[in-house]
Amino acid sequence: MNFESFTEFLLMGGHGLYVWLSYGVGLFIIVLVYIQPILARRSIIQELSQRQRREAQNKASNEVNAQEITGGNE
Amino acid sequence: MNWTWFYKLGSPKWFYETANKLLPWFLWAGLLMLIVGTVWGLVFAPEDYQQGNSFRIIYLHVPSAILAQSCYMMMAVAAIISLVWKMKLADMFIASAAPIGAAFTFLALFTGAVWGKPTWGTWWVWDARLTAMLVLLFLYFGVIALRSALENIDLASRASAILVLVGVVNIPIIKYSVEWWNTLHQPATFTLTEKPAMPPEMWVPLLIMVVGMYCFFSAVALMRIKNEILLRERRTKWVQVIIAEEGKH
Repeated sequence: MNFESFTEFLLMGGHGLYVWLSYGVGLFIIVLVYIQPILARRSIIQELSQRQRREAQNKASNEVNAQEITGGNE
Repeated sequence: MNWTWFYKLGSPKWFYETANKLLPWFLWAGLLMLIVGTVWGLVFAPEDYQQGNSFRIIYLHVPSAILAQSCYMMMAVAAIISLVWKMKLADMFIASAAPIGAAFTFLALFTGAVWGKPTWGTWWVWDARLTAMLVLLFLYFGVIALRSALENIDLASRASAILVLVGVVNIPIIKYSVEWWNTLHQPATFTLTEKPAMPPEMWVPLLIMVVGMYCFFSAVALMRIKNEILLRERRTKWVQVIIAEEGKH
């Protein structure tokens, strides 16, 4: 342990502002870089699954329409 | 030598599954090393006899600066592969790595400025090392902007690969600037040929931070590449299965 007390650790021998500003921004960047792809994945899955459901619906309604048309022709 | 791994890299499905297996290891190893290195560097490492405690910024500054540069070199290798073999994954890597590289270049510049104030008496000087690092940040921004501006994916991948390769000129300038020109910036902490000019209790935590930063980078790069694969391979059956599976929740 390089420091006598916790206050001394926070003060960093008068350089506290510089050290903690650096590490604060560092933590912020690391968290940001980590969270961003997680959020992106969530929205990609959401968007693609909506599209998937829509396409499945379209397909189903097309089949119904086709049946109705052939049914009417008979 | 067995070259099948190179052909496998051409398969996004294989890569996606491998990335899933590797990801937790890189992530937890990286976070563990970053925490250990930070606590060691902030609490236990002795203070510098000249710079006092402001020198502790080194444990953040040097790893992010090293990563900022090697991320660019990895992108350059990917750019060659993407141009020559048209490998989709290489292009996905460029797209995924550029924002991470930009973030770490910014962090290196920011911590450098904050370290410079108590040490040199100024936040910024227009010397070669700092200016070349700023150019690196703009190169990353350029790659990101190019990719979002070009809708056509083939055009975007070719244009960004060429930009990355042109920008490689900047990397040796960053590396050797402290030797070629007079500067306030101190020379490299780690070199392959010489022992560090620091005692082990100072450089061991720094080495842990550097390795931890590489692991963390690998983890987030894999996460981003996985996202790119989902988007670009969305028409394939196996991605459709994943979407159907995860879209339920």
